[in-house]
Amino acid sequence: MSVRRLAPKEVQPASFEFTPENLAWAKEQITHYPPGRQASAVIAILWRAQEQQTGWVSEAAIRVVADMLEMPYIRVLEVATFYTQFQLQPVGKKAHIQVCGTTPCMLRGAGDLIEVCQHRIHHDPFHLSADGDFSWEEVECLGACVNAPMAMIWSDTYEDLTKESMNELIDGFAAGTPPKPGSQIGRQFAAPEGGARVMKSGGAATYTKVLDMPKEPALADAEPKKQTEAANVQERPAPKPPAADATKTNPPKGGAPKDPKEPKK
Amino acid sequence: MAMTKLIIDGKEIEVPAEYTLLQACEAAGAEIPRFCYHERLSIAGNCRMCLVEVKGGPKPVASCAWGVRDCRPGPKGEPPEISTRSPMVRKAREGVMEFLLINHPLDCPICDQGGECDLQDQAMGYGVDTSRFAENKRAVEDKYLGALVKTSMNRCIQCTRCVRFAAEICGVPEMGATGRGEDMEITSFLETALTSELQGNLVDICPVGALTSKPYAFAARPWELGKTQSIDVMDAVGSAIRVDTRGREVMRILPRVNEAVNEEWISDKTRHIVDGLRTQRLDRPYIRDNGKLRAATWAEAFSAIAAKVAGTKKIGAIAGDLAAVEEMFALKALLASMGSANLATQSAGAFDAAAGRASYIFNPTIAGIEQADALLIVGSNPRKEAAVLNARIRKAWRTGALKVGLIGEKADLTYRYDYLGAGTDSLAELAAGKNAFADVLKNAKHPIVLVGAAVAARADGAAVLAAAAKLASDFGVIKDGWNGFAVLQTAASTVGALDIGFAPTSGSLSLAQMTSAGSLDVLFSLGADDVKVADGTFVVYIGTHGDRGAHRADVILPGAAYTEKSGIFVNTEGRVQMAERAGFPPGDAREDWAVIRALSDVLGHKLPYDSLAALRQAIFKAAPHLMRIDQIEAGDAGAIKTLAGKGGTVDKTPFKASVEDFYLTNPIARASAIMAECSRLASGQMLTAAE
Repeated sequence: MSVRRLAPKEVQPASFEFTPENLAWAKEQITHYPPGRQASAVIAILWRAQEQQTGWVSEAAIRVVADMLEMPYIRVLEVATFYTQFQLQPVGKKAHIQVCGTTPCMLRGAGDLIEVCQHRIHHDPFHLSADGDFSWEEVECLGACVNAPMAMIWSDTYEDLTKESMNELIDGFAAGTPPKPGSQIGRQFAAPEGGARVMKSGGAATYTKVLDMPKEPALADAEPKKQTEAANVQERPAPKPPAADATKTNPPKGGAPKDPKEPKK
Repeated sequence: MAMTKLIIDGKEIEVPAEYTLLQACEAAGAEIPRFCYHERLSIAGNCRMCLVEVKGGPKPVASCAWGVRDCRPGPKGEPPEISTRSPMVRKAREGVMEFLLINHPLDCPICDQGGECDLQDQAMGYGVDTSRFAENKRAVEDKYLGALVKTSMNRCIQCTRCVRFAAEICGVPEMGATGRGEDMEITSFLETALTSELQGNLVDICPVGALTSKPYAFAARPWELGKTQSIDVMDAVGSAIRVDTRGREVMRILPRVNEAVNEEWISDKTRHIVDGLRTQRLDRPYIRDNGKLRAATWAEAFSAIAAKVAGTKKIGAIAGDLAAVEEMFALKALLASMGSANLATQSAGAFDAAAGRASYIFNPTIAGIEQADALLIVGSNPRKEAAVLNARIRKAWRTGALKVGLIGEKADLTYRYDYLGAGTDSLAELAAGKNAFADVLKNAKHPIVLVGAAVAARADGAAVLAAAAKLASDFGVIKDGWNGFAVLQTAASTVGALDIGFAPTSGSLSLAQMTSAGSLDVLFSLGADDVKVADGTFVVYIGTHGDRGAHRADVILPGAAYTEKSGIFVNTEGRVQMAERAGFPPGDAREDWAVIRALSDVLGHKLPYDSLAALRQAIFKAAPHLMRIDQIEAGDAGAIKTLAGKGGTVDKTPFKASVEDFYLTNPIARASAIMAECSRLASGQMLTAAE
């Protein structure tokens, strides 16, 4: 995370006005809170302002929201700068891609996705592509770790991405025909890859098995926690004993290893 | 009050149940380091420096945010045990201090806070001598906050005291903390200048050197300054100040704690007037020759006055806003010896010295505002006329107990009020009970009717004062043990002048008469810069600055400013306070009473005081209550009833506040470049607000 500032003056619009529908919606939001506590609606209304203003919050929008909620401007600015979900710079017109970079996604190849974004959009996050249609950023966990790696565009998530499907995703948004949100490899929600693996033939058999398990007495508080057999078993195979002299039966190709102390020529 | 028993550092102590642990520890005599906690601000609990150990708890607790009520007794009902010196507490403090210093730059040698820095002191007291942090420190851009507060944001430890001060005490929620975590920054919205009259206090409450005084930047070190405890004269509140001098120069002015008057705040005018004390000073006598002022000696100046005074009885004297009781008393005695009683102050207006003290002082007292549950403001803008007093009104209003109504000019007073109207007809309507606020006043236990000095300055001032007094007595504002008739004076000299009778009497000329053509031959002006004297009058100006009064003068006698003389000032409550001398007046200038005493000798009416002590004795003989420094001689409530009976016809013109430009109300302020800059900024803000 870095210091978040409002966009420079040159890109700030002169004014901001809610559309009649959004204004009515905002007024309705205010009624959710008791009189005098209308400031509680700030996040919801600011979010609607961001949605209306093609995905980012301008200084004018902050003023409008503050005036609507009778808050000092600085209080709304505090909210807008605190939550990184509020974009303070203009974002891509067609898509602002939020690539998850937290551990599960990172392990499953979020780096590749970011590389695609860097090549196709802009080297740095929060920068618009040359045509102004796209921008990207790396975000923290968006909660779809099962289908990692994933990215979020507007309010939809696109999961199980690869370099190829990421490219397709960008192409889709560029063409105005974005792919279906969710997993891009056809898995159902968070079900196992390639379809269901358990309970394929009805659940009755497995169910009785559970019932038949011998009941152990509950542990009394004074007793030390017993170590079960299963806990002692190591999952990895037992290490093999070393061969007597592996180099004799299977000498390395290219002659014997060089003595590292020998000076290089 | 329910008391709770605690054991603090092995010592048993009883404290009120609503105390926080920090307060309890202080009551037990333990010192708790803190940064974010400030007793006059809300509790934030974010610096973690005040950690203490509560017995039985797994980890130390932040004592500022932990109530005594939240402590559990021991298993056998023993009182909760708190330790402020245990190894756990020491380790916790060392850890917190190490964290705070991770991003704090090591620029103490070039930091203005050096020598009076909470962080510096507490790092010495509770920190460790090394840091394990080898990475780069965080860098933060400095912010612009106006002409008075300089920022050095690398030093900020994000205690948010300034944010809370601006929102809670000043009532201008302009500061905030943007961003989060390591990137949190203190700023104002788009770095606009602050609009509060109390913003100078931000520098005092900042525990580190992030907010420092811009005018005082790199000027002096605290340990090389002489410190004089004194009283402020910029308004009639009489805030307690400390004047810091180096050599003969006043370097800065800081507040002192006086719970009864200013708590620990002072207004920006009080604090940043300092450069005005150096510029435009009158350092030698001047005489007007052929329409041009020329430098002269004291003897020349005195003989020029003597020549004019000889053979005329048409003599008068007007005192300005900054005159102390001593010089007014001496001048009054001098005029009396020459057979004249033509005395007036430029700000006393229709207040009548003979009507009794209660008719011109702030009877409920400033501290009494906190008890008040209803406040009617008539013809005043307390925010500009007495910024510190306004903070006290806001404090009472924030508790929710105080309801405020305003008759006069609409303004942002930093608290909400019912606007009842602009002029005298609204006052009459309210008096007739036609407004809902009438019931608020009537039903209040401790109501206050606050009357601005501007009311008395009107042509129909006496009648409006009478109407306000009538409303006050009709609505039960004056009752047993409570006198809610409060006059908010704007000049430091007014109450003192009225107390010693430096005011028009039935047989003498009024201020208006004195300044009109042909009424006077010689006029003594004691720093009266806001009156326009008619042509033909010979004006002797005793003052400090080359301001409007000096431009009109025929003879100028250089006097001493309030930091250069010991003088008695009576504030708007009627509290007698003594300002002390912090330095000497420049050049040939002398203390004003001494100038008058020397002049009296030349005029052949030698005053019988050879020393300040002798003069004060004479004053105390004439007005014994002035002897009781820091005390208030309560006014007789009957005076207000008498005032109410006076009646008179009132004009329909709307009320106007007496202070138009907060920053430029007196000659010292007008000589100050910093006040001029503040005034420019403030008027710019007014313009943008009007657009």
